[in-house]
Amino acid sequence: MLSKRIIPCLDVKDGRTVKGVNFVDLKDAGDPVELAWQYAQQGADELVFLDITATHERRGTTIEMVKSVARQLNIPFTIGGGITTIADAEALLNSGADKISINSAAVRNPSLIEDLAKAFGVQFVVVAVDTKLVDGKNMVHLNGGRLITELETEDWILKAESLGAGEILLTSMDHDGTKNGFDCLLLDKIARSINIPVIASGGAGKVEHFTEVFLETGVDAALAASVFHFGEIPIPYLKSELKKHNIPVRL
Amino acid sequence: MIGIVNYGAGNIFSLTSALERLAIPFGMVNTETDLDKYTHIIIPGVGHAGAAMNKLEQTGLVEPIKALKKPVLGICVGMQLLTEHSEEGNADMMNIVPVKTKLFDKNQGIKIPHMGWNNIDHKNNSLFEGVENLTQFYFVHSYFIEYNPTFDIATANYGKPFSAAVQKDNFYGVQFHPEKSGIAGERLLKNFSNLKQ
Repeated sequence: MLSKRIIPCLDVKDGRTVKGVNFVDLKDAGDPVELAWQYAQQGADELVFLDITATHERRGTTIEMVKSVARQLNIPFTIGGGITTIADAEALLNSGADKISINSAAVRNPSLIEDLAKAFGVQFVVVAVDTKLVDGKNMVHLNGGRLITELETEDWILKAESLGAGEILLTSMDHDGTKNGFDCLLLDKIARSINIPVIASGGAGKVEHFTEVFLETGVDAALAASVFHFGEIPIPYLKSELKKHNIPVRL
Repeated sequence: MIGIVNYGAGNIFSLTSALERLAIPFGMVNTETDLDKYTHIIIPGVGHAGAAMNKLEQTGLVEPIKALKKPVLGICVGMQLLTEHSEEGNADMMNIVPVKTKLFDKNQGIKIPHMGWNNIDHKNNSLFEGVENLTQFYFVHSYFIEYNPTFDIATANYGKPFSAAVQKDNFYGVQFHPEKSGIAGERLLKNFSNLKQ
């Protein structure tokens, strides 16, 4: 049976992980390779690296980081942030990334999804969508929730699927950072309306939130950052709890 | 020493990294004469099976590969190249293992691609030595190899049973990515490198 995936997300800048990561036996919390390896040891099913490097000139550092991670890591990983062209994506693929995630570049230029899927296969293309409730409607937002678009979230996701997205990473900006749980209502609606995997993101605060999102929605994976980085939820414990609820996990 | 068939279908960085971690020596196969340099051959592959077959044909390696008597391992699309035919691009494959590569049926209520970790039920083939039965491996694919008891050495289930691994004589194929399947995947690569000629 296909397991539900647990995915820690790491922010990287200039080839280093940022945000406080607080593992007991970590020598260098800024070293993405060491951190990735630790997560793989703990039983993470996959990793997402979000590159927040500001300038295009620094992208070379990111490529080197991706290569270092791929050399050491024996589980799949996705890299997102700043990918706007086929050439950007190809450089990451050739450096060992399994998937790339695109967000605002896809909104601004939807044909990028199609071009990437044709060039590298749909399995390579994750479309990340940041959503926020505005006047009772879920609207796609850019720039970490600061910029509203005219796209309704459900319509945009259906379009992304038809253009060749292989997976959707859906972050609820209303839930993100609250630690009050995932947006199960929206996630279930989306997961039922499309035929590609959905990664739930935004709102994870405790183990029950993961149980809830897998029992109450049709999502395939759940992503979180701080609860993993600060050791609030150890992955082996999380997975054993999910298993108690008969949620298929990889132990 | 392992020879990796270098025909331009997908990236091989993760595969070569895994072999490096395992201290398994490897080199690249670009021409027919390169095939003689290695004891074991891996055919990698990501992307579109029809397009991959076209690229492989352009290298002129199809007939030499079919004539090989040494262990050969096809990974993912590299496995699908060993089959008779793929629905992806409605393309004829190498026809080394007489089974077909088909598209998953979304009417079975499954999401496509089949992406993530799934259990395999293996038949104690030497390729899986030391790998506990029902261990999970990492899959990412939209097309699958039909289950055929003659060639199946590991079965997975997604909507219905399909072959996660096949064998015919010295030719082996795995649908999952051993280079991304944690410790179990690394064990499988090690087992392959230890297969007798």
